[in-house]
Amino acid sequence: MHSTDYSSRKNIIIGVFLLVAIIFIIRLFYLQVINSSYKLSADNIVLRKVREYPPRGLIYDRYGKLMVFNEAAYDLMVIPRQMKDIDTSLICEITGIDKLTFEKKLRKAKRYSYYKPSTYMKQISKKDIGKIQEKLYQIPGLFIQTRTLRQYPYPIAGHLLGSIGEVSKREIEKDNFYKPGDYIGKSGIENYYEEYLRGKSGLKIVEVDVHNRLKGKYSNGKFDTIAVAGKDIFLGIDADLQLYGEQLMQNKKGSIVAIEPKTGEILALISSPGYNPNLLVGRERSENYSKLLKDTLIPLMNRATMGTYPPGSTFKMVNALVGLQDKTLTKYTEYGCKGQLSLPIKCTHDHKTPLNLSEAIEQSCNPYFWNTYKSILENPSYSGSHEGYEHWYENVTSFGFGKKFKTDIPFEVRGNIPNNSYFDKLYRGSWNSLTVRSLSIGQGEILVTPIQLANLSTIIANRGYYYPPHLLTKMEGQDEVLNPYFNEKQITSIDPDNFDVVRTAMLDVFEADNGTARWYKLDSIKQCGKTGTVQNPHGDDHSIFIAFAPMDNPQIAISVIVENSGFGSTWAAPIASLLIEKYLNGESQRKSLEKKIMEGNLLQGDKNKRQH
Amino acid sequence: MRNREKISGNVDWVTVMIYSILVFVGWLSIYTASAGEDVSTLLDLNTRYGKQLLWIGFAILLAGLILIIDAEFFSTFSYVFYLGLLLLLIGVLIFGSTVAGSKSWFKIGGFAIQPAEFAKFATALAMAKYLSALNVNMRALKTKVISIGILILPALLILLQNDTGSALVYFSFGIVLFREGFSGLLFIAALMMTTLFIATIVFSETLVISAVAGIVFIIMILFKKYRKNWKPIFGIMILAIAFVFSSNYAFENVLPAHQKNRINVLLGIEQDLRGAGYNVNQSKIAIGSGGLTGKGFRNGVLTRYNFVPEQSTDFIFCTVGEEWGFIGVSVLLILFMTLLIRIILLAERQRSKFSRIYGYGVASILFFHFTINIGMTIGLAPVVGIPLPFLSYGGSSLWAFTLLLFIFLKQDANRLNVL
Repeated sequence: MHSTDYSSRKNIIIGVFLLVAIIFIIRLFYLQVINSSYKLSADNIVLRKVREYPPRGLIYDRYGKLMVFNEAAYDLMVIPRQMKDIDTSLICEITGIDKLTFEKKLRKAKRYSYYKPSTYMKQISKKDIGKIQEKLYQIPGLFIQTRTLRQYPYPIAGHLLGSIGEVSKREIEKDNFYKPGDYIGKSGIENYYEEYLRGKSGLKIVEVDVHNRLKGKYSNGKFDTIAVAGKDIFLGIDADLQLYGEQLMQNKKGSIVAIEPKTGEILALISSPGYNPNLLVGRERSENYSKLLKDTLIPLMNRATMGTYPPGSTFKMVNALVGLQDKTLTKYTEYGCKGQLSLPIKCTHDHKTPLNLSEAIEQSCNPYFWNTYKSILENPSYSGSHEGYEHWYENVTSFGFGKKFKTDIPFEVRGNIPNNSYFDKLYRGSWNSLTVRSLSIGQGEILVTPIQLANLSTIIANRGYYYPPHLLTKMEGQDEVLNPYFNEKQITSIDPDNFDVVRTAMLDVFEADNGTARWYKLDSIKQCGKTGTVQNPHGDDHSIFIAFAPMDNPQIAISVIVENSGFGSTWAAPIASLLIEKYLNGESQRKSLEKKIMEGNLLQGDKNKRQH
Repeated sequence: MRNREKISGNVDWVTVMIYSILVFVGWLSIYTASAGEDVSTLLDLNTRYGKQLLWIGFAILLAGLILIIDAEFFSTFSYVFYLGLLLLLIGVLIFGSTVAGSKSWFKIGGFAIQPAEFAKFATALAMAKYLSALNVNMRALKTKVISIGILILPALLILLQNDTGSALVYFSFGIVLFREGFSGLLFIAALMMTTLFIATIVFSETLVISAVAGIVFIIMILFKKYRKNWKPIFGIMILAIAFVFSSNYAFENVLPAHQKNRINVLLGIEQDLRGAGYNVNQSKIAIGSGGLTGKGFRNGVLTRYNFVPEQSTDFIFCTVGEEWGFIGVSVLLILFMTLLIRIILLAERQRSKFSRIYGYGVASILFFHFTINIGMTIGLAPVVGIPLPFLSYGGSSLWAFTLLLFIFLKQDANRLNVL
């Protein structure tokens, strides 16, 4: 009687049981069937996407000599989400950093992403990575990624090769190819041909357990993509010539540009002082970079393409060529020279008078080219010197002056050929040939780059045309030329015949008894050249020399600028001649000259100045 | 001989069947969670699945033994079991070893045994024995005090071992007491207290107190009869307010930090995916990733690669969820429900009060474990470490549940012999 009183309570109890079961079923239905976010997180937990970095394309010189190759380096990556119950002191011990730095690095990684891997420590050497790898299983959330670093067998050509570095935020936003920590060509060839050199990274999806241990491939690698190596590229650079040029230029400020006239391929592109490209590799990159950046000699600046100079006497040949083309000048035209007393431009050279064109080029006579210039601008077939100037401007720019070549040359600048409107503005419209007379001898507003000067030499060597100077010759797996513009013949406004007299005069610069570069004459090679001395308001004059050789079948055209070194014939001319000999004969026989140049130190003054 | 045939004929084979399936599913899940790529032998005692196989073997022997022993044995020696277990619980506080923060294990050689697991069946026996005595008056205060004392004693001892989960199990005896005639008001009061407690943590003391006062005020306005008879209402209100204060104080100052943290995470106050919330989050991800049909046997990568902590003991439900999906867990839930309801129905058909009360004890304990264990894996209950009956890895728990269930089955098989 008493026990049965409450037997109906079993229904309440069973009801409670069923209620709980129903709540569970509903909850499970929500978790497992309705809400798919758990599936996604599950994949993120166990699947780790490992980027397989492709080897970056190698860079060779024109003869197949390796200039840039890869070396393995190791990055320690971190996934903050997987870092739990970690032994901080162990991490600090194996990676050799203190606790504070560790926390800072971790915070940074967390800011980027909780789930995605980011770089914890960069470019660890093979020796150190072995030590880390041993202990790594104890630290969930850390893993090693193999990367490649650039190495340079020759310590040369830093400027033109450029360097690679980690992508910036902006670069990532611009191109979703990159992930933080990736490397990208930052400058030079590395930058210009980035999309070929970088290859295609692969993605390997692997399963890992909670301790971050590899458990195997996901779906047998069905979804993996294979890394595709970057393309190797060949440059027109002659590594030996480049090295030789850099040696000649050591302890001097200036630049050398050598071009193969038949193709426009750049044989050497030297800016001095330069730097060893191996300095801008790996963990020391940023430290060395800021050191180079602070150097007062600005070694990071590529003077060959960014330095602008008044062309000086080398520009006289351009005026001569324009005059010849205009028929305001013939090779027989003679002008007198009163030396220091000449007006409006005096002559600093001591020579006979009057003299013809060939002699004027040889002797670099200022008054002769003032008269040449004047007759171009004041040509009676034009309305006046303004129209004459415009005509002159068109001729000069057809040589490539005042504009960029827009090829793969790094950091190119335009230089400057002032146009009519510039002078109109400057002189409020009232100006004539006399006002702009400095241009007759390559001074004044006119500014050219060393590469434009080398191109002038090319034009004269080729009798009136050039190919845009460029670095690339060939790319792996690419039969046709990558950029057809590199092979487009650029014809100047000057007829080939008009070059003869200029070329002969340039030959005499070496060969004539009173030629300004007669000390550097070679029996084996017919060299043509022209000295230039550029007045420099900030210090000693710059020495300039342009040359090409051999005269009848030019293989090399060259421009050399040595800053603050006085007359063109003292430093620039012998450097150009030695390079010509080296390139054409493989070696220079003039050892004492070579030694004298290499040991010549023109930075002493600079150094002293800097110390004050 | 005659006797034995009768037993096998009267044993409730449906229950035995469900028991066997649950144990088998448990073993499969332990296997998948603990086996590497190459498995040479299933009885590899260096692995959990190998050990569990051994425990299962012993469990079957134990079950057989119980069915052979005279049914009167357990009721006769109920108090002996109970007192023996209490002594063991005290002993473990002195001589025991600490595993995962709980001093609740006796270590004998490479072997560890947890008395708390066995205290459950002993308490069920003692409770049944006490309440089935002929002179017990359910309405008497003495009865209430003693019966609550019977369950509080082991609960306190277990609490001292720092094993909160196992201590909480004794609350489940409330179901037994309810069935046997304890006032339903007690349970309503318990429900209200729980609600107030949660509300106090989630909101604030002042808000909850004003809400309580507000409700009383509204009742006063709406119902005339309470206006005259206001004393009990006010009494309840003051009690409620006192409870809110004390529970808030207890939560803030008495409860250990990790428990507090777990409750906060459960209630969604803290989102702590690194600490207390980590287990539950990993567990939810594992279960959720199973989808409708699951990833298939041995394909549950999350559980296999140890992403879910304690996946072969307290979180074994995750493995089932990940590998067998919604369909699998539904079947599992149905099996459990069938078992629980079956036990209730069997209990109700007992002629002996002792057997009935014990049966309810079994159902209550199993239900509590089921609710809390699965509840915590899907984020509906706080993470307290109690195993899922018959499935979780571990000899103590498997044997204790086997003992618990089969003593009842023996009583049931013997029911017709009871006058």
